[in-house]
Amino acid sequence: MDALLLSRLQFAAATYFHFLFVPLTLGLSILIAIMETRYARSGDEEYRNMARFWGKIFLINFAVGVVTGITLEFQFGTNWSRYSRYVGDIFGSLLAIEATAAFFLESTFIAVWALTWNRLSAKAHAVTIWLVAFASNLSAVWILTANAWMQHPVGYTIRAGRAELTDFFAVVTQPFAWHTILHTLSGAYILSGMFVMGVSAYHLLRRQHVRFFSRSFRMGTVMALIFSVVAVVHGHVQGSEVAKAQPTKLAAMESLWETKQRAPQYLVVIPDEKGERNRLELGAMPGVLSLLAYHDVNATVKGLKDFPKEDRPPVTITFVAFRIMIGLGFLFPVLALWAFWKRNRLLESPRLLKVMLYAIPLPYIASQAGWTVTEVGRQPWVVYGVMRTADAVSPIAPSQVAVSLTAFVVVYSLLGLAAFYLMARHAKQGPAVDVAAS
Amino acid sequence: MLASVWFVLWGLLWAVYFMLGGFDLGLGIMQPFVARSEQDRRMIGQAMGPYWNGNEVWLIAAGGVTFAAFPTTYAVMFSGLYSALMLILFGLILRGVALEFRHQSGSGAWKSLWDACLVVGSFLPAFLLGVAFANIFQGLPIDQDGVFRGTLWTLLNPYGLLGGLLFLLLFMEHGTLWLAVKTTGALHERAGQWAKGLWWALAATAVGFLIATWYATRLYANYLQNPMLFSVPIVLIPVVTVAALFGIRLFAAKNRWGRAWIASAVTIVGATFFGVIGLYPNMLPSNLNPTYSLTVHNAASSPLTLKIMLVVAVIFVPVVIAYQSWAYKLFHHKVSEEDLAYEEAYGKQIPPVVSSNG
Repeated sequence: MDALLLSRLQFAAATYFHFLFVPLTLGLSILIAIMETRYARSGDEEYRNMARFWGKIFLINFAVGVVTGITLEFQFGTNWSRYSRYVGDIFGSLLAIEATAAFFLESTFIAVWALTWNRLSAKAHAVTIWLVAFASNLSAVWILTANAWMQHPVGYTIRAGRAELTDFFAVVTQPFAWHTILHTLSGAYILSGMFVMGVSAYHLLRRQHVRFFSRSFRMGTVMALIFSVVAVVHGHVQGSEVAKAQPTKLAAMESLWETKQRAPQYLVVIPDEKGERNRLELGAMPGVLSLLAYHDVNATVKGLKDFPKEDRPPVTITFVAFRIMIGLGFLFPVLALWAFWKRNRLLESPRLLKVMLYAIPLPYIASQAGWTVTEVGRQPWVVYGVMRTADAVSPIAPSQVAVSLTAFVVVYSLLGLAAFYLMARHAKQGPAVDVAAS
Repeated sequence: MLASVWFVLWGLLWAVYFMLGGFDLGLGIMQPFVARSEQDRRMIGQAMGPYWNGNEVWLIAAGGVTFAAFPTTYAVMFSGLYSALMLILFGLILRGVALEFRHQSGSGAWKSLWDACLVVGSFLPAFLLGVAFANIFQGLPIDQDGVFRGTLWTLLNPYGLLGGLLFLLLFMEHGTLWLAVKTTGALHERAGQWAKGLWWALAATAVGFLIATWYATRLYANYLQNPMLFSVPIVLIPVVTVAALFGIRLFAAKNRWGRAWIASAVTIVGATFFGVIGLYPNMLPSNLNPTYSLTVHNAASSPLTLKIMLVVAVIFVPVVIAYQSWAYKLFHHKVSEEDLAYEEAYGKQIPPVVSSNG
């Protein structure tokens, strides 16, 4: 294997792993902040206990998210030095702004929040977790802006053998970036809402801490419901944005080989990448793909065969990942609506509780699939239309990367096991017994 | 001009990271030497608990600024020092998780596992950052395409190893002083003893490093060649740094631990600036051919990016310093049994705060 493939595998492993922890940080911090605000307003001790219980899970999750984030920033330099040199003027500045404007705030106040439960007033303590929530979401905004620039580069010119910034405002305000941000944050909030629902369901099924977990469950439900609807409605808008900005990605997502007017959407497709066709196409809905992509049933959608072979992304992976994400994306509002319907009769709805418990992994799968569509679908480009992934890799010995990749896999696997073990243990333990009740 | 301003800021960010991250790295390394009991180990964890994460962001900022302001330097430095950087990263991962996971379970084996991770994970970054920077001062085998013609072993030359040892001792001293500041009783006494003892090793290594620098690098020659440009630094930096180094010992002898720690912080910042300013206008000198060197001029970003970044830095860095100082003040009290009880109670019921006293 060459340094390119090894570096791609390494970056993929590091990013997938990192993003197992990011979404929960983004959403759970907000839910905890709401709990603490309610406590500060009402003085109801239970909200404080809720914040502490979910807060401990949050901290374990946060720790792994933080330590695995650093490696991502540095890998641009270690493994993708030609990319870094070529686009550092734009991409590097976004990362640097993220660190200065957001990550400092997040990292400083997470420690303040974790260690001042008995030192700050309820209001001041609620402010610290709001700062953490704000900063972590702001951090995501900057990182996603940087990623959106790789998907749809704007505000630059090629000068002296590299991409140089010409319009910072264009980079941070481009619609593609804001669609990416809204979509990713929605996904993170769905995951967080459903995580809280699932853990709460575990305890409600056992009829323990009923009031505590009913409240938690309802808060998770509201979050999951709002953002699963946002994700579906907005996902459609974003699809047409991809159609405009990245036609090869759209064609791969749909496994569309031939350019078609009134392009249909099929219910079932089995792509045959080698044969440049689909082995099976079932359940055609004429014009639906044209409608989704261009808001016009008669629009022409360009097929993969009309792009040079060297410009096409891997079709099967992109296609399958997209289907998984879409399928789950439609399932989430249904689940959330069901839960919302039964929100005041949770104990009488064991089936709902059981489903929600086992649904915990689903948003994780959806978000990993979503990133697969985004990143694999962008290939063979590292910066769409500007720089190929093959030209981005560092001039380093494959043996070095092989060793570090192995280390990543080993260390991250153990880390993941330890983190999920601790989170599951704490989640199952439930909140400490009430002093007043004991 | 703009690029030169960023060069100074670049040096400053690394220096601040070494000053802040330095004490928690050093304390991590010293943990098995100063701790005699489980309670000691928990006290040490508490002494860095509120800070390590915020400190580490200075490293991320230093990396980010290298990327943003000097992309070519970032590309060559990080890919050239590949294996060393990977070891640093894995070290940082292990120690970060160790600090957060250690107290999550009561079992002895669990704790020993994370203690080992803390020590190894603190040692690797401290030592290898020193190796890396000494090699940068000395010059790296960079060819005309900015490709690093060497391996990890190239870096482990005598001067590089001496740099590693110097960083190690600087951070160990710094961390031990921090522990002396933050604790009372037997642990405090032991930390003080270690700080006084370590100082001699540090001073000897520092002298050795300064002499070796004369032979191994062009730093002094660069200072002497540009007396105008370096008139301030040349007088100030070495004098202040050496004075601060002796200050550590003087304050320690008087048991003024806070001042000794500040002296040690000044020593670290001064030592970093001594090296970084001495490089100017180089950032990564090539020892194959001086014309292959990466300089402030040929490695910098466009003026527009440098300007935008400067605006961001001028606004946010003072804000960051303000709230980080506030956080340091919030936890400025000595670590006590009460803190340990708090850690135990985490996740359990604790009485709400009636009044907010700091």
